[in-house]
Amino acid sequence: MTERPDGITPSQTVGPFFAYALTPEGYATPAIFSNDLATEDSVGERIRIEGYVIDGDGEPIVDAMVELWQPDGRGRFATASERANGAFSGFGRTQVDSNGFFAFATVKPGAVAGPDGARQAPHIAVTIFARGLLRQLVTRIYFADEAANAVDPILSLVPAERRATLIAERRERGAAPVYTFNIRLQGEGETVFFEA
Amino acid sequence: MTIAPASLAAHPPHLFPDYASTRKRAPAKPLVLIPATLTELSGPVYGHETVSGDEGDLTRQHAGEPLGERIIVTGRVLDEEGRPVPNTLLEIWQANAAGRYVHLRDQHPAPLDPNFTGAGRAVTDQDGRYRFTTVKPGAYPWRNHPNAWRPAHIHFSLFGPSFLSRLVTQMYFPGDPLFAFDPIFNAIPDARARERLVARFDLATTEPEWALGYQFDIVLRGRDATPIEEPHDD
Ligand SMILES: [Fe+3]
Repeated sequence: MTERPDGITPSQTVGPFFAYALTPEGYATPAIFSNDLATEDSVGERIRIEGYVIDGDGEPIVDAMVELWQPDGRGRFATASERANGAFSGFGRTQVDSNGFFAFATVKPGAVAGPDGARQAPHIAVTIFARGLLRQLVTRIYFADEAANAVDPILSLVPAERRATLIAERRERGAAPVYTFNIRLQGEGETVFFEA
Repeated sequence: MTIAPASLAAHPPHLFPDYASTRKRAPAKPLVLIPATLTELSGPVYGHETVSGDEGDLTRQHAGEPLGERIIVTGRVLDEEGRPVPNTLLEIWQANAAGRYVHLRDQHPAPLDPNFTGAGRAVTDQDGRYRFTTVKPGAYPWRNHPNAWRPAHIHFSLFGPSFLSRLVTQMYFPGDPLFAFDPIFNAIPDARARERLVARFDLATTEPEWALGYQFDIVLRGRDATPIEEPHDD
């Protein structure tokens, strides 16, 4: 027997002091998530994601947490049984540094199913938490070198002049290419945030 | 046309000027509403192996016992239909009994407690139940407005069954005199939704000669959002 609750539990800000619990490098708490998603047997091209989190004054935010959620290079999201075998988790978490900079090492995701049988262009879901965010913000990283962006069913819902905020440019550097994805919470070039 | 679920109205708005940090961080443009795709309907997977059994007891992480009022915080994680959410990760963090965080940037001149870090983890059981043992956190000042103090609270982070059910929130204690003055709590527009963040003191959870008991249930977005398995080609 279940009783329908009054409603969902509302969100509250992560605040400025989450790091020793959620991103505890440098603290005594053992970390359970990191910004390095790619294991040796993960399928997909090794890439890096790098960027800054920036506020409405154009200043870097130094106390934000960024999380990624993505499938592997074949477009497969981890399932419970696969995770038990140590497969690609698809989930990463990091705190920005004192310059507002964040970086992830991961694999480039494959395409996944979209609404009404359409395919979605390869993308990574991104969640941002920070002091001053009463609720997390959600956005997506798309990849500049993907032709499928032109017909992506979610990008097509975004006003054309704002789509560039979602597309990470590729740069060759060392062993893994770097995709740059800056997150502007407010103002000039404001990143598109989603509600699903 | 995509419509945001009505239940999301329980959340605070992004811009709430009384909470000064929202002014330069809240998006100025409206969110773009999208249908929930496989990306949003799936979510990170982990299990009991992620968390060891003693991570839910914040009073036993050091050589000695922390100072303060020992408490038990327990409850169930449910979806909107009232069904339990099993196997989901909760991460909590809090100030010590004096209102001081271990965090390196916390400069409140209250003492650190060498026997208290204030971070814990638990995974819900098959009934969606979790349990923490800790000490009651103190109120602490912040610089949002003159004489600003946060009501005592414990921060909670949860995942739930999908990317859409991800929640970070705060649990408060009943009868706190600071509620009326706290813009973070009052940013939640509906008084009934605010009340859902206030734990319930429970004598049945209280353990004699040991710890006061509080019940705190958490309701996440529904698991109608169940991932559709994509056919694998191998
Ligand atoms: Fe706090």
